[in-house]
Amino acid sequence: MMRKFVPVAAVLLCAATLGAKKKAEDLALFKKKLPKNEQAVHALDRLTFGPRPGDVALVEKMGVKKWIELQLHPEKIKENPELADKLASLETLRMSPEETVAAYPTPQLIRAVAMGRQPLPEDPLTRAAVERQMRRIKVKQGVDDDSAVEPVIPLRDLLAPEEIRALRNGNADQRRAALASIPENKLDDVVVAMPPQMRNQLLGFASEGLRRKLIMANNPLQVVFTDLAQAKLYRAIYSNRQLDEELADFWFNHFNVNFDKGADRFFITSYERDAIRPHVLGKFRDLLEATATNPAMLFYLDNWESVAPQSPLRQNPNRPRRGLNENYARELMELHTLGVDGGYTQKDVTEVARCFTGWTIRNPQRGGEFFYNDRVHDKGAKIVLGVTIAAGGGRDDGEKVLDILANHPSTARFISKELAQRFVADNPPPELVERMAKTFRATHGDLREVMRSMLESKEFLSAGAYHAKVKTPLEMIASAVRATAADVDFAMPLANQIGTLGEPLYRKIEPTGYSNANAEWVSSASLLGRMNFAMALAQNHVPGVRVDASHFVADPEQAAKLYLSADATPGTREAIDKAIAEQKAKNPSAPVSSLCVGLVMGSPDFQRR
Amino acid sequence: MNRRIFLKSSAMAMVGVGSTPLWLSRALYASDAPSPRKKILVAVFQRGAVDGLNVIVPHGEPRYYEMRPTISVPRPDGTPDSAIDLDGLFGLHPSLKALKPIYDSGHLAIVEAVGSPDPTRSHFDAQDYMESGTPGLKATSDGWLNRALSNEGAAGVSSPVRAVSMTPDLARSLRGRNEAVAINNLTDFQVRDAGESSTFEAMYENTGDKILNGTGRETFEAVKLMQSLAKQGYSPANGAKYPGGRLGQSLKQIAQLVKSNVGLEVAFADVGGWDTHVNETGQRASQGQLANLLQNFGDTLAAFYQDLGDRMADVSVVTMSEFGRTARENGNRGTDHGHANVMLAFGGDIRGGKVYGDWPGLAEEQLYENRDLNLTTDFRDVLGELVTRHLGNRQIGSVFPGYAEPRYRGLLA
Repeated sequence: MMRKFVPVAAVLLCAATLGAKKKAEDLALFKKKLPKNEQAVHALDRLTFGPRPGDVALVEKMGVKKWIELQLHPEKIKENPELADKLASLETLRMSPEETVAAYPTPQLIRAVAMGRQPLPEDPLTRAAVERQMRRIKVKQGVDDDSAVEPVIPLRDLLAPEEIRALRNGNADQRRAALASIPENKLDDVVVAMPPQMRNQLLGFASEGLRRKLIMANNPLQVVFTDLAQAKLYRAIYSNRQLDEELADFWFNHFNVNFDKGADRFFITSYERDAIRPHVLGKFRDLLEATATNPAMLFYLDNWESVAPQSPLRQNPNRPRRGLNENYARELMELHTLGVDGGYTQKDVTEVARCFTGWTIRNPQRGGEFFYNDRVHDKGAKIVLGVTIAAGGGRDDGEKVLDILANHPSTARFISKELAQRFVADNPPPELVERMAKTFRATHGDLREVMRSMLESKEFLSAGAYHAKVKTPLEMIASAVRATAADVDFAMPLANQIGTLGEPLYRKIEPTGYSNANAEWVSSASLLGRMNFAMALAQNHVPGVRVDASHFVADPEQAAKLYLSADATPGTREAIDKAIAEQKAKNPSAPVSSLCVGLVMGSPDFQRR
Repeated sequence: MNRRIFLKSSAMAMVGVGSTPLWLSRALYASDAPSPRKKILVAVFQRGAVDGLNVIVPHGEPRYYEMRPTISVPRPDGTPDSAIDLDGLFGLHPSLKALKPIYDSGHLAIVEAVGSPDPTRSHFDAQDYMESGTPGLKATSDGWLNRALSNEGAAGVSSPVRAVSMTPDLARSLRGRNEAVAINNLTDFQVRDAGESSTFEAMYENTGDKILNGTGRETFEAVKLMQSLAKQGYSPANGAKYPGGRLGQSLKQIAQLVKSNVGLEVAFADVGGWDTHVNETGQRASQGQLANLLQNFGDTLAAFYQDLGDRMADVSVVTMSEFGRTARENGNRGTDHGHANVMLAFGGDIRGGKVYGDWPGLAEEQLYENRDLNLTTDFRDVLGELVTRHLGNRQIGSVFPGYAEPRYRGLLA
């Protein structure tokens, strides 16, 4: 037995040695300090959505350490007034779910109106949207009855033929002018009279107020999504509190919920605002509590429907039978706290699910709040990860579970590793993760301290971390807009681009969120999308976004310095030189700066951070 | 005509002499060896939960007519508004008449009372479970159709279009480790600024960045291929006419990829609109929402079959939907979310002309939770059989993890 084992072991050992050697080389890079001139760029690459013109000099002047410390205290950073302007008109950002449902009717409400169970809304645009949906429902049903639909004034009675022509087929300036010239008192009628296709085509040319009317008339709930996605981009692009924004993105993704799942469409705005944002540099236990009790999470992972199996609640024979739902319990341990190898069993999943029975939502379809329903709570004793939770408990059972999980060493390690993957490298050095986990435990999950122990580590400012990450779609788009100092007036086209690149905002279906170790997920379609976006942005072809091309440089070396904050790699440099030479040969007088900038941003170099 | 020579010349003509990509030359080279030609699996998802009981009508089951007094499809009587009999118990919805010849030729199989064992009636969860291939497990990040690809295709050797999703975003079913591309439209898959395509190609070809270099090469190989295909244009063979609509577009482009021998192995397409809660049927069985959808669906599948002709020998198409609908009609002449459903599979090696699966019956005590058709076949039994016996991937345990003992129904020899 022993003798047979030896050769196999020798081979394994040999392979292990080779692998270990490679690993050791990789790890050695994390001990190699980054040269001084690369430190500011690196810190900006990781703590922001990409440097803007002048940022590198600013950080160098302040000192990298001091700048990092400032980013850890966003409350001390003066916010960019431009951001407040951009967010001002996005009113659903400030609404409660209840207010949102009332102002932006759901398909259920529209159906109820169609069936005559609810009156038509009074606001003319909401009314137009509801009527349009009703007509669709009726056409689908084969009913030719439009008696409920008020006659609309046709477009030709509202505008002159040349105005309509400009709206339909004009170029950008003509469309913009035609929209701007519609008198205020006719505006609602014109919007109502337009076919949906036309409204969509005009979004990029309308003022913010008119744009909301256009979206509203098409689909009210789309306004909620548009506000949410635009706000995300405006903050990523314009906020001075960049680390705060990076962390909001990280933690939303960690505790992912999906816009498209039923009631989450009107819970999600409050979820990000009230459950995630306040705690990203606070205590992990508070963040966990906030997500566990937020209707968005309760709905997304079905806990609101989870009741004790022996629950006395009368079963409705026409409804699917209700019982224990383990979804939240499983993801809470696997994805939110311990990690898949964190040392829990299927038995623990069931026990945790029992603890959370009765954590539900009052009137989910009306945007109601969290409430604890003692009548459906499992009153029996439970054992969670070896800890007994006595029989006869109530809401407290769930709180005890959150305590156990937040203080578990597996959680400290799992959260530390995820953060290190996002901010340092796809395969972060284990030593660093261990140090962060130690801080996590010592401070009872103080996330600012955990971040500090990572950002002040030698591994963070090391050669191993420099350019080690491939930008996510959001990072690619936001960094290009920031690098070119573009002005964004309507951010939805950018949000749609991010979707094309494979990571649609607020629409990750699975509770896993998008992978933090993202290099292996770059797909062909996504790569093509990045090149196409870079060229379109540089040539001012992205609707809603304007770059000032007069600042562009036509010299690849200079362009690389400006937009990569580094020298271009030889392959990139050569290809751009050649393209510019060809362009000049073809047409000596044509400007080549847009071409040059587009190529730099579509290059492999720009995809790294 | 010698197939091998044809393959070489057509593929070469497409990518142009002198720039034969590595994977293609290897693939062509490999075809000199006596290896069987690649099988292709096409998956079609009917999103919204199609009402299987009105697609394949159990006209021999009196309970069906009792439970659906106003929306049932009449017993076969030869008129265009009655079911088309298949085997005395089941019949096709009249709007699926285009599929009858395929059934009669023995290449269309029907599986009854099939679906996901998970009890959820949420579209979101049920589609997710079916596409991940792991009912009840939400954290699975990849899809069954991606895992169904064998792992032989190491970088540089496999075709950049071995897995294609005819959807704007990569379908859940095709996400995962193996390269898969989402191509909404062949003509759009390119660097829009055509003059700079070669510049970007050179950058990604020469970069020292291993990951971006690898993906970059695959990308530009796929781009060239798609562009040469797009340029050639396409006219369906054998008089096939694809009806309008997105599914028709998708299957037409899949047919083009199959016939151009570019290394396609799996493809995905979807079609929505099946959530018929209200007025499912019009005045007559051949009218109304469901009839219109089925007409388009059946005509599209039949056009694909006709278009491919002899190439159907290598191709299997399978259809699925997240769950079935209630056995009883509801108060709005529609049906609500149910449980088991029906799946179709057709292709050269499918043993069709038969309705597979155990029929659980529609009597009160035979229903699932007193309301829905019961499940007697797991959808993974059907997909698993296609993956093993059609695609030849024997690693079924990794395609459907946690599903140790699939029960194949004998759809394929």
